[in-house]
Amino acid sequence: MAATEVVQETKRPPQPPGLLKWIRDNLFSSWGNTLLTIVLLPITVFILFSSIRWMFVGADWRVVTQFPLLYTVGQYPRDEIWRVGIGLSLIIFMLGASWGKWGGLLRSISIAFSIVFGVFALLPVQHPELDLGMRLYLGANVLLILVGYWIGRIQYLKGGHIVIGWSITPILAILFLSGFENSSTLPAVGTTLWGGLLVTFLLAAGGIVLSFPIGIALALGRRSSLPVVSAFSTIFIEAIRGVPLITILFMFSIILALFLPSESRIDRLVRSLMAVTFFSAAYSAENVRGGLQAVPHGQIEAAKAVGMSNFQTMLFITMPQALRAVLPAIVGQFISLFKDTTLVVIVGINDFLGIGRSIINSDPEFMQLQVEVYLFIAVVYWIFCYLMSLASRRLEAAMGVSSRL
Amino acid sequence: MTTNQSSIQHKSDIPFYRDERVLQIIAQVVSAVLIIGAVIWAIMNFLKAAEARGMTLTLGFLKEAAGFPISNPPIDYDPSMSFGRAFLVGLVNTLRVSVFGVIGATILGTLLALARLSTNWLLSRIALAYIEFHRNIPLLVLLFIWYFTVFAKLPKVQESIAWPGPVYVNLRGFYITWPRLTETSQPFVISIGIGILLAIIVYVILRRRREIAGKETHYSRISLGIVMIFPLIGWFLCTGSPLWLDVPILEGFNFRGGLRFTPEFAALFVGLTMYTAAFIAEVVRAGIQAVDRGQVEAARAVGLSTGQVLSLVVMPQALRVIIPPMISQYLNLTKNSSLALAVGFQEVFSVGKITINQAGRAVPVFALVMVTYLTMSLLTSFVLNLYNRRIQFVMR
Amino acid sequence: MTETTTNEVIISCKGVHKWFGDFHALRGIDMDVHKGEVIVIFGPSGSGKSTFIRTLNRLEEHQEGDIIVDGIELSHDVRNIEKIRTETGMVFQQFNLFPHLSVLKNITLAPIWVRKWPKDKAEKVAMELLERVGIPEQAQKFPGNLSGGQQQRVAIARALAMQPQIMLFDEPTSALDPEMIKEVLDVMVELAQSGMTMLVVTHEMGFARAVADRMYFFDEGLIVESGTPHDIFHNPQEDRTKLFLSQILQH
Repeated sequence: MAATEVVQETKRPPQPPGLLKWIRDNLFSSWGNTLLTIVLLPITVFILFSSIRWMFVGADWRVVTQFPLLYTVGQYPRDEIWRVGIGLSLIIFMLGASWGKWGGLLRSISIAFSIVFGVFALLPVQHPELDLGMRLYLGANVLLILVGYWIGRIQYLKGGHIVIGWSITPILAILFLSGFENSSTLPAVGTTLWGGLLVTFLLAAGGIVLSFPIGIALALGRRSSLPVVSAFSTIFIEAIRGVPLITILFMFSIILALFLPSESRIDRLVRSLMAVTFFSAAYSAENVRGGLQAVPHGQIEAAKAVGMSNFQTMLFITMPQALRAVLPAIVGQFISLFKDTTLVVIVGINDFLGIGRSIINSDPEFMQLQVEVYLFIAVVYWIFCYLMSLASRRLEAAMGVSSRL
Repeated sequence: MTTNQSSIQHKSDIPFYRDERVLQIIAQVVSAVLIIGAVIWAIMNFLKAAEARGMTLTLGFLKEAAGFPISNPPIDYDPSMSFGRAFLVGLVNTLRVSVFGVIGATILGTLLALARLSTNWLLSRIALAYIEFHRNIPLLVLLFIWYFTVFAKLPKVQESIAWPGPVYVNLRGFYITWPRLTETSQPFVISIGIGILLAIIVYVILRRRREIAGKETHYSRISLGIVMIFPLIGWFLCTGSPLWLDVPILEGFNFRGGLRFTPEFAALFVGLTMYTAAFIAEVVRAGIQAVDRGQVEAARAVGLSTGQVLSLVVMPQALRVIIPPMISQYLNLTKNSSLALAVGFQEVFSVGKITINQAGRAVPVFALVMVTYLTMSLLTSFVLNLYNRRIQFVMR
Repeated sequence: MTETTTNEVIISCKGVHKWFGDFHALRGIDMDVHKGEVIVIFGPSGSGKSTFIRTLNRLEEHQEGDIIVDGIELSHDVRNIEKIRTETGMVFQQFNLFPHLSVLKNITLAPIWVRKWPKDKAEKVAMELLERVGIPEQAQKFPGNLSGGQQQRVAIARALAMQPQIMLFDEPTSALDPEMIKEVLDVMVELAQSGMTMLVVTHEMGFARAVADRMYFFDEGLIVESGTPHDIFHNPQEDRTKLFLSQILQH
């Protein structure tokens, strides 16, 4: 018996058109949902409306807009500020070159930087700190990214050259910033004068770049068959993970000196950087160790079977897979390091948050404008952290890492 | 002996620098010498510096009078008491804000996770906005916002905000009307204890009976009834009321009585709770989503009701995924409570810092503070390991 | 084919439609199943065959048409849905055993909490069922320690523990290694011979030949052809059926 039936061409159940259907499915799909929407909608609208009105009418943003240079470089001498500019431009140029060479995520970052610089260069407002020179400098940086891009496209420029460039640039930039004793062109500028975003980025970038290899070393150390090495790594990792960052910061700023020869002096900012670095390294180490454990043993056997040495196996087989597997956790650690740099305020360093505090404390009038300052600071941190997590997600997608890991 | 013996390298023929056993030993020795050497070098430097500055490294000073005040101490304290006592006050404060924070963050975080998973788009977006806001802003900035723009801006004592209760809110803190026990309250307290104990026992027994005998035993209703009735009985057994209301009263320039929370405590508590809740929400959401859809389908297919699906199938599995990262969030919250220093709440770290300023002796004080945190961390990871081992044993 | 078939209609579907968004998964399914019948449903992937049997215990909601199971109409009434779910057992492709419960507890969970049986009785029944599917010695183990075939047999026992009128099988052998398929099919054959009403989505044509009373070929959300195994295997009417059978019977 053949039961094939002739079915009329698909009749759909009665459905309202697109938007209405979406509203019904997502806001009024059931009794409870409808009630929830009715309660939440006015509250949300009210909060959104009143915050927007406060932003444009109630708030006094002068406490933010008056001091752009203070927020970016702190008390860095204004006569020497071109040195910060050169440091930044060097990095901008390298960014452009990397975009030209590798593209991908770097493209988005470069374009974002260009847009920010371009917008500030052309901002249609009068501001004493945004004079013609500053506008030209900002515009020049946009050009610099493009020049870098063009150079990066050159065929015989290899990736290795850019890596070398990246390792030299920060050193050059730091030398420019700190200057030299007894020099007339580049007089020394003590780190007590550095501040604002400059310090925040130095701590964050320095912390990320330094803590990661230390973290890998500690992870390998913990898995080492040498008992002294593995005991040392384990104690180091667990001791640091067991205490708050602020205790490490204080230890480095007060007690570290006692454990070093009495004649050695370490700069205050460097001590903070060390604290942030070691703290982050301990957490990175555990992430990396988790990744190493996730690499199937068969991979190592296969590598040994084709004649790779232990070192080669680690370098070419185990570590790349391990890092790939825990990429989200590693980026997550970088984000928390970035947020954690704010703690240096407590040991008296004027990072971005610290500058905000000192602006507030500088004038009784500003004491009434704390909300504006802290919200501005929060938004800036939010943007950078959010961009980092966005970049991480794109990187994960590109590398085929499941975000569930 | 075979003929091709000459082509086989005899074991003892390996040059020592290629023998992996020898290499292993060399590596051991070199690494041990380097690391132990570095540690000894640091200690020598330290001893030299200590001697040069005439530092004492003992904890004897803990018995000396502290001389600094702690606002609103949770246990008896005044400046004439010892540094040790001050440290203990700090520890109790740390534990107090951590316990409150853990409870608050767990409740708020779970609600946020459920909101995030809600089919209501608006609710889910609000939860998402909350989570993304808090996860991407440094805790210290949030604490500053809470403290300097909210809790430090409360009105003066004379202009206190009065909420029903009565609850008074002013610059010096939150004064809450609070029931306190009278001297004749023993029967009441004891009956509460018995009631809770009995309710638990009855719950367990009746639930077992329900499971074993298959008869409806109304275990939740009966045990709930016990919890409510016993305190009532205890109340009437007391001579007079077992509780009196401690109502805050304005006396001169200050409120007296009531339960008091300082603005510093409030800022730290609110900031920590709201920050950690965002992370807990993600943990709980991941845990619930980790339970395979097929589990829910299978549970529904055998006829379990929605509540039973959740309590018998989904939650037991989700909790296994949730509990380990949850505990590490609790630990984070406890460690983050050290940021109290920035808002002027005096807990372990902050008391340690004041002690260093007052009495010097940075090294022993720091050692004490770090050991305190380390102990909390190690205890937590010990519990966590026990839990993980049990789970692995059961699940495998 | 089996002599246990009666004339009482236990499942009745009329004009069942189901959409996933814009995708029309079921395009008007009519089917009557008699008590004691064994129905085999087969067809290419995406043909709606799994969706169809999942609508029968409301794991999927149908948007149009009527489904009546054991005299109860499937609607938005929660009580009806729960009632139907206690009357129908389901076996899934991925077993879906509860990993946090022992094999015995997997089986007794629903009888205790839904049927409200005493624990003794539930465990006694569970042990009998484990005997029946041939793995009584695994009662105290956890699902993770069992082979796929053993897990699927536990899943069948779990479904049977509710003493259902109807058993639904959603590709019960597709996730199994070849050597384990037979142990599961043996249990299903025994079940069919005992007079259970069964709807089985499967491509195991040997099983269909042995015990099916009727077979339905699904394609693109429609029943393309139905009939006794003999008709379907030896005299298929539709080209699509012929083509599909030739593809899966090649081996």
